[in-house]
Amino acid sequence: MDLTLHVWRQKGPKDKGRLTTYKATDISSDMSFLEMLDVVNEGLIKQGIEPIAFDHDCREGICGTCSQVINGDPHGPQARTTVCQLHMRQFKDGDEIYIEPWRSRAFPVIRDLVVDRSAMDRLMQAGGFVSVKTGGVPDANTILIPKDDAETAMDAAECIGCGACVAACPNGSAMLFVASKVGQLAKLPQGRAEAARRVCTMTDAMLEEGFGNCSNHYDCEAACPKGISVKFIAQLNREYFMALPKGHKEKN
Amino acid sequence: MPLKHVIRSAVGRKLFMAATGIILFGFVVAHLLGNLSIYLGPEGINAYARQLHQLGPILWIFRLGLIGAAALHVLFGITLTLESRRARPVAYIRKKHLRSTLAGRTMIYSGLILATFIVFHLLHFTFRAIGPQIEMLDGGVVNVYRMIVDSFRQVGYALAYVVAMVVLFFHISHGFASLFQTMGMNNEVTLPWMGRMSRIIAVILAAGYVSIPALIFLGLVIK
Amino acid sequence: MILDGKCPSGPLANKWDTHRQTLKLVTPANKRKFKIIVVGTGLAGASAAATLGELGYRVEAFCYQDSPRRAHSIAAQGGINAAKNYPNDGDSIYRLFYDTIKGGDFRAREANVYRLAQISNAIIDQCVAQGVPFARDYAGYLENRSFGGAQVSRTFFARGQTGQQLLLGAYQALSCQIAAGSVKAFPRTEMLDLVLVDGQARGITVRDLTTGEIRCHAADAVILATGGYVNVFNLSTNAMGCSVTAAWRAHKKGALFANPCYTQIHPTCIPVSGDHQSKLTLMSESLRNDGRIWVPKKSGDTRLPQDIPETERDYYLERKYPSFGNLAPRDIASRAAKEVCDAGYGVGPGGRGVYLDFGDSIERLGEDAIRARYGNLFEMYERITDENAYRQPMRIYPAPHYSMGGLWVDYNLQSNVDGLFVLGEANFSDHGANRLGASALMQGLADGYFVIPYTIADYLARTTPGTIEDTHEAFRQSRQQVAQQTDRLLSINGRKTASEFHRELGDIMWEQVGMARSATRLTEALKRIPELRDEFWQNVRIPGSAQQLNQELEKAGRIADFLEFGELLARDALNREESCGGHFRVEHQTPDGEALRNDADFAYVAAWQYKGADQTPVLHKEPLTFENIELAVRSYK
Ligand SMILES: Cc1cc2nc3c(=O)[nH]c(=O)nc-3n(C[C@H](O)[C@H](O)[C@H](O)COP(=O)(O)OP(=O)(O)OC[C@H]3O[C@@H](n4cnc5c(N)ncnc54)[C@H](O)[C@@H]3O)c2cc1C
Ligand code: HEM
Ligand code: SF4
Ligand code: FES
Repeated sequence: MDLTLHVWRQKGPKDKGRLTTYKATDISSDMSFLEMLDVVNEGLIKQGIEPIAFDHDCREGICGTCSQVINGDPHGPQARTTVCQLHMRQFKDGDEIYIEPWRSRAFPVIRDLVVDRSAMDRLMQAGGFVSVKTGGVPDANTILIPKDDAETAMDAAECIGCGACVAACPNGSAMLFVASKVGQLAKLPQGRAEAARRVCTMTDAMLEEGFGNCSNHYDCEAACPKGISVKFIAQLNREYFMALPKGHKEKN
Repeated sequence: MPLKHVIRSAVGRKLFMAATGIILFGFVVAHLLGNLSIYLGPEGINAYARQLHQLGPILWIFRLGLIGAAALHVLFGITLTLESRRARPVAYIRKKHLRSTLAGRTMIYSGLILATFIVFHLLHFTFRAIGPQIEMLDGGVVNVYRMIVDSFRQVGYALAYVVAMVVLFFHISHGFASLFQTMGMNNEVTLPWMGRMSRIIAVILAAGYVSIPALIFLGLVIK
Repeated sequence: MILDGKCPSGPLANKWDTHRQTLKLVTPANKRKFKIIVVGTGLAGASAAATLGELGYRVEAFCYQDSPRRAHSIAAQGGINAAKNYPNDGDSIYRLFYDTIKGGDFRAREANVYRLAQISNAIIDQCVAQGVPFARDYAGYLENRSFGGAQVSRTFFARGQTGQQLLLGAYQALSCQIAAGSVKAFPRTEMLDLVLVDGQARGITVRDLTTGEIRCHAADAVILATGGYVNVFNLSTNAMGCSVTAAWRAHKKGALFANPCYTQIHPTCIPVSGDHQSKLTLMSESLRNDGRIWVPKKSGDTRLPQDIPETERDYYLERKYPSFGNLAPRDIASRAAKEVCDAGYGVGPGGRGVYLDFGDSIERLGEDAIRARYGNLFEMYERITDENAYRQPMRIYPAPHYSMGGLWVDYNLQSNVDGLFVLGEANFSDHGANRLGASALMQGLADGYFVIPYTIADYLARTTPGTIEDTHEAFRQSRQQVAQQTDRLLSINGRKTASEFHRELGDIMWEQVGMARSATRLTEALKRIPELRDEFWQNVRIPGSAQQLNQELEKAGRIADFLEFGELLARDALNREESCGGHFRVEHQTPDGEALRNDADFAYVAAWQYKGADQTPVLHKEPLTFENIELAVRSYK
């Protein structure tokens, strides 16, 4: 099939970007979206044009590196699918495809479709962990965890940290990402000790990093390639509410 | 936790939004129930008005509470929205709305229209600074029934109230569902039907309110 | 040179404990004076960096991805082994040790493997404490499953995302240390050189992938945990950015490369669909528990699989290995698949695929039971191939998956270069000639959480901290050399893209150095790889500049290293005149086609020393001695 691509090109973080149109010809429906871009890029290189820069690594939907807004939809039209797992059979011959980077104040564009998502790492550093050190922990079966809790924690833990929730959110909020970690660790006895502190520091960091607030629009859940449920945002709010009577330690 | 942290926190302010939203919502429901007494004829609504006034200081406590809640709701509504706007400095050229609703995305506009309307409404029926001539009953009480009916016979007033109530529908159709989420009361059971339930409640409320100016204007039921 | 693995003496079960007593310690007050560089944030790197940070060292952690959380360990699906014996089914540290040694076809060090089995239990405890949501039963206890043909259930798992959950656990521990200020992370930074001062590893030279800046980092010790090299085959189950670059550049600075020919080809991957293919997707091995593998008996049969009657199907694994059947070990299943396809019986595009048929199981257990077991895999298969595996058999084909070989290290995980430590898939240490399923995750975490913290202290305690600054002459030279290579790549301005060279190299490697290796083919490869390398350096085209994010430049640098490394891999394969584990030489097989090991001549680790561009490397041997087990012949008949 032949397609027309309108791709966001931007040389560097400080440059002005714009959409540039390319033709993608002889595309097989068995290709993944990124393989289609590979083909386009090979063509560009041969013409001496700098190829379209885009982030990717595992190409099997788990590392969370790939990140493109396709026709206004983060990760493209197929539900619960990352761009790297999106296949061209989702498109028809002659389609026009708009490809843009994640847009958020917290994700400055580095080049073309590549953005800087280090803000998400900093959210994790703000409290997305159990502060246990290596060694000196009890046998793994000492603390029992009800199967349902373990399963719910796993549902939340499936987040791949791609940032599509931020890209989709009308407010550019990272709430689903934060809620998935808060939700996972709050469900497990090992994470409870720090639950109150975690929900405060992580949500505070969210504002500091320039993410927006959650207005319960749920575009995040729809865009999330792992289908993380917004019920974890409700849980986050609950955790916050329960943290209110407790002390809040200032970050130093 | 110190209050200033709660207020600085986005989640904390949202809790305030929800709490004040509940108060406002409660008022909207109570107010509608009161207003519906107009269907009982002049005696009904006038009795209701008289009773309200007899509450005296208690009424004022309620009023102050409402004003406080409304003020906080407006203040935080504005700051939250501004922060969220800043979070996306460069807009998408193409953007699909995957699940968000028009009502949800326009909360600030529906809210601000409601704020304007509330001022207008107070000027109109509470301070009676605008609107048609008022008729007084014995004992220095206003003939509320006449005041309402006379106003809504005029196309401008009727229309203003109808429009405002449609806006209220929008605000509540997102707000009611949103409230449960913010208060942390949702789970996988409630989430699928919360949106629908919210719209139903918003429709009932808005329809109740709209019915009064609409029927009066059309000269049906309430003569 | 005869290499010494420095394995401690004494009874096997006490080696690690007694060794730890003899290792020197660094006092708490002194720890923060030492700076340690950790390259790689996969399971091995992240666990090491976090643990060393906790202990009080100053750590700098590097990865080429935009976040440490995206290291390739994230992709591991199946699970992680440990000798907990929770199911009470006869497992023990000794049995895990024995299975690993046997699985590796008796080409690993006894002492290392025993230590790995000993440590395995602590890993599970640690991960649970971090909040890794392993599968649990209704009573709330951890669940286990049998994996990769093991006779006991010793594999812990978190749905089909065990690697992800373990890595996130390590990444979270790392994040905690970054917040505490003990670890500094450098994502989107690629190590391009190892810097030695007076023969000691003293730092690295990196390229900041965002700005293109080439910079040096000095330290008191350097740890490489940079993963495996099977992308030398171009198409593999590894992530696109996985490369041999860090290990190879260290090798060029003197680190020995051990057993490069030990590569594992995984039998159940989704086949190639065309020339555009950029990577291969692994389907969990567990599918073989319920699927039957077959090809049509008639070569070039174009009928739909459902139209081919039972009598015209060749269930070749069941035929050749009646007792293990479809559960034959990875290397055997992979080789058998390639054989039938090479003989013209393959199915699907290009005849590169065999059927994995669930028809019988669906009939026997019902579609729902199969859906419950493998639903997500069937979904993934459909997403990629557009085929419904409930209705028609899956097509699978082997793909390069794991590298057992790697930089040579001693028992302390230190390479022959002082101060250079190598962990995880990047070293050669624990899996011999073949790795058991669910053991790589175990090894990475064992190295990072529980081995390196002890052994690196012993090294550091013998050195004076902070004696070298990155202003030292050696750093200047290294920086210059790296800049020169970058400029050279950009100035060629030829006609072929880097990916085209990668594809060509991959073809050579897969066909000549892949699964069934022979002296003729290997010799052919040894001739063709240098030719391709020469062409690369004359004809590659890389647009853009060095002072920007330039993904073509990154790719070309990695492929340049593969073009050198591929030759070493072929040379090692040619040298090893035996068949063992993942290495199969057609000249060395039993009359019925089984691998034939040669313990008399090849029970050694082959460690290669770099001698300069286009020079033949020198082979050093570390003899493998087995004091506790008897060498047996693997048989899966
Ligand atoms: C699809 C798949 C499934 C698997 N399933 C299992 C399983 O079920 N069980 C099991 O035990 N094993 C499994 N494995 C194997 C296992 O995942 C890996 O062997 C293991 O995770 C390797 O971990 P590592 O820390 O050594 O390296 P990696 O996780 O590969 O990390 C390498 C790190 O080094 C960095 N790096 C590399 N080069 C450079 C450079 N030049 N400069 C800077 N940084 C660099 C990378 O950024 C990355 O952070 C699987 C592997 C694959 C591919
Ligand atoms: C009749 C009066 C009103 C009622 C019943 C009402 C009710 C609500 C409710 C229930 C919510 C949901 C709170 C939550 O998400 O937890 C809400 C949200 C909101 N309201 Fe109101 N409201 C009223 C008036 C106003 C006014 C006057 C404004 C003016 C600014 C306003 C602005 C907002 C905004 C911006 C939000 C969304 C906040 C966010 O999610 O970011 N509302 N309202
Ligand atoms: S919650 Fe979903 S969309 Fe957001 S980062 Fe995680 S996986 Fe991506
Ligand atoms: S490239 Fe890893 S999730 Fe898409």
